[in-house]
Amino acid sequence: MTEKPIQGEKRVFMTGNEVVAWAALAADVDIMYGYPITPQNEVMHYWTRLSPKYGRGFLQTEDEISAGFTTCGGVLSGKRAFTATAGPGNMLMQESMTMAEMMRIPTVLVVQQRGGPSTATVIYSQQEVTMTCFGGNGEGLRIVYSTSTHQELFDYTIKSFNTAWKYRFPTFVLGDGYQAKMRESLYIYDPAAKGIVMEKTVPYLGQEGTPGVDREPQHLRNTYNTEEELNEQVNNLVAEYEKIAPEVIEYQTFNTDDADIVIIAHGVVTRAAQAAVKELRKQGVKAGHFRPVTLRPIAAKELKAVAGKAKKIIIAESAQGQLEKLVKDAIYGIATPLENYFRPGQGITSEELVDLVKKGM
Amino acid sequence: MSKVPNMPKSWREETKPHKFCPGCGHGLILKALGEAIDELGIQDRVVFGCDIGCSLLSWDFFNVDAVQTHHGRTTPVMTGIKRARPDRICIAYMGDGGGYAIGSGHLVNAAARNEKLTVILANNCNYGMTGGQMAPTSLPHMKTETTPYGRDPEVTGYPTQGPEMVAAITRESAYVARGTVANVRQLKNYIKKALQNQIDGTGFSFVEALSGCPTNWSTNAKDTWAFIEKGMTEYFKVGEIKDPAKKEA
Amino acid sequence: MAKTVKLALAGEGGQGVQSVAGIIVEAAYNEGMEALYIPNFGVEQRGGVSVAYCQISDEQIGSPKFVYADLVIALSDRAVRRTQQYVNKNTVFIYDSSIEGVEKDLPANAKKVLAIPALDTAKKELHPRVFNVIIMGAAIAVTKIIEVEAAKKALEKKLGYKFEQDPKLRELNFKALERGAELVKDLV
Ligand SMILES: Cc1ncc(C[n+]2csc(CCOP(=O)(O)OP(=O)(O)O)c2C)c(N)n1
Ligand code: SF4
Repeated sequence: MTEKPIQGEKRVFMTGNEVVAWAALAADVDIMYGYPITPQNEVMHYWTRLSPKYGRGFLQTEDEISAGFTTCGGVLSGKRAFTATAGPGNMLMQESMTMAEMMRIPTVLVVQQRGGPSTATVIYSQQEVTMTCFGGNGEGLRIVYSTSTHQELFDYTIKSFNTAWKYRFPTFVLGDGYQAKMRESLYIYDPAAKGIVMEKTVPYLGQEGTPGVDREPQHLRNTYNTEEELNEQVNNLVAEYEKIAPEVIEYQTFNTDDADIVIIAHGVVTRAAQAAVKELRKQGVKAGHFRPVTLRPIAAKELKAVAGKAKKIIIAESAQGQLEKLVKDAIYGIATPLENYFRPGQGITSEELVDLVKKGM
Repeated sequence: MSKVPNMPKSWREETKPHKFCPGCGHGLILKALGEAIDELGIQDRVVFGCDIGCSLLSWDFFNVDAVQTHHGRTTPVMTGIKRARPDRICIAYMGDGGGYAIGSGHLVNAAARNEKLTVILANNCNYGMTGGQMAPTSLPHMKTETTPYGRDPEVTGYPTQGPEMVAAITRESAYVARGTVANVRQLKNYIKKALQNQIDGTGFSFVEALSGCPTNWSTNAKDTWAFIEKGMTEYFKVGEIKDPAKKEA
Repeated sequence: MAKTVKLALAGEGGQGVQSVAGIIVEAAYNEGMEALYIPNFGVEQRGGVSVAYCQISDEQIGSPKFVYADLVIALSDRAVRRTQQYVNKNTVFIYDSSIEGVEKDLPANAKKVLAIPALDTAKKELHPRVFNVIIMGAAIAVTKIIEVEAAKKALEKKLGYKFEQDPKLRELNFKALERGAELVKDLV
């Protein structure tokens, strides 16, 4: 047996892409498939340097369509497999991710959002929310974690493999270019040292024995003949998804109990929102912050309760209303006035949010 | 801003000096292309498409209409234009990642359909823009960001022989050649013949140009040239592979 | 140190601003502080101005992006122009005195604008290669994020293998750090 990549726990200072590579190693990932794209490249760079030492595999494919489908293939064969991408690459992976949704293939995809639409910038945005939650033809039967710090990037990359394999829905870690490229400190650890047990993986295809003789053959499909047949299949998928949703949903609240003004933000923008609330409270303003950690499924009930009590809601995101759509859908029916702070493709700071809140008072 | 000496007429002076790294091969390929456009007198009819890769930096390079497409999608965009406006001379410019990896299906099918299009592809053995990962053309044992211990052909295959592949799937009416930035005059002649093939409506045309990427190769000027002239040509043979003017080339 | 210190370092490619920023944040991290560093990146980064954004604090750092910096150091004319946007009334703005033709571009709203002869000092007294270490010395002296000793330790960690081969290099680097601090002593 090769030695564990991380012994116990240690404090480190590194870029987010390096964090993802270490997390995948620590999570006992067998193989990564990928195609270069900024700002995700260094996930592959670190993986290709580190993984051979621990007997793990890597394949650079000819594009992201292939990277997504080879990941499906790796998972179908019972391996813990993942891929990472951004922007235009995320678009191309939507095809394979719909196959994963339909066939319950537990793929893991790490997305480092960059500016859009089109090639746009290689820097940063939160414009891949709708695509990551709902891309493709279908119902968006996926699990999406939106991280905000390197610690979370590590924690949730590990967790995503367990979520995927436990519930058998494609699972996404939604980071961004800042998280990918910046350096900050975090603790990396061996999951076992924290009592985290990695879910067992099982092959969908290629198990022992002669099919038809020793065991039933596996015949997996994603094509249906009649409207009724498909409708039943989708109903089953949706029912299953809704059943597990309460277990999967994660969110955080900051000073929302007595808040008049609630800022709703996700991902890296939560850092600005948390700092803004701290500052506003110091100045005597009753501000709070709600942060969905899973964007899909989203904590609708909790969000609605917080939003319903507030006098005003502010939705802040580095996109033109992609989080807003999720939020509005969740809080439908409440009368609290809503204000938007949309900065597609641009970072948001706490100073801006403090100013915005105070201007509105 | 200094005027570029011997600048082709079709270059756009306002966008010079260009944005490629010092010593990059893209500038030389575009010089050959500029001269070919000048000598054929087609500046008024050319539509230029560039890929996403370092070729994207050529979007405002010429005084011709130009469009940046997506990574790997320049061939279909230019095919679409050519089909809708056959009077235009359409040039698709891309890197080896764009042409042989993500856009390989488009290249194969455009060639198979004998599109009256000219594809010019810069082969620099790696992905330049994204910081030096393995490309289909990376040489055996070459160290890149995604083959840090050297490209193992048993695991990742041997370098793509683009022009040979295109030649194998096209009819006699196609023009196919491989030039090099080490011989710009020859490269210009190949590009001229490729464009002429399109102008005459004969068929598909494809020119690969061996090119340098000193930034990601981490080479000085001397080593850059040595790699292009020796390392690359050992694997990639320079010359015309298919020329309709010459019956069987 | 109570608040978060925000630092923007800008220069031309090859001036070493990214590596200096890297060493500063690494040093702060090693001293047990929270540090956050974003290199600038873009499609046309080659040939563009290189900016390093650093934040250092006792507590967890908020947004990775900041609006205004506590200290801006600009090492070329283009860098002077590019970094104006990070300056407000609390910002110390330092630029190299060898930069010409930027009088009109210097920020008028800064707390303090200072030209330092870092390049000149490097060339005449030390070695052009340690230009960026002089800048590092100036940056830590102004912001007081870390002690000079911590900076030395970080340099040792980064360049130790070179120092082993040539101990004179160590001396040169440490001297550069100290000279950098001296250049800004009027501010401190
Ligand atoms: C769909 C998609 N995937 C990936 C990328 C990222 N990307 C940009 S350029 C490039 C490769 C560039 O290499 P090449 O085509 O060989 O051209 P060069 O830069 O070497 O000239 C990649 C992978 C992208 N823009 N879009
Ligand atoms: S990275 Fe390479 S291909 Fe791109 S401009 Fe620089 S030298 Fe040329």
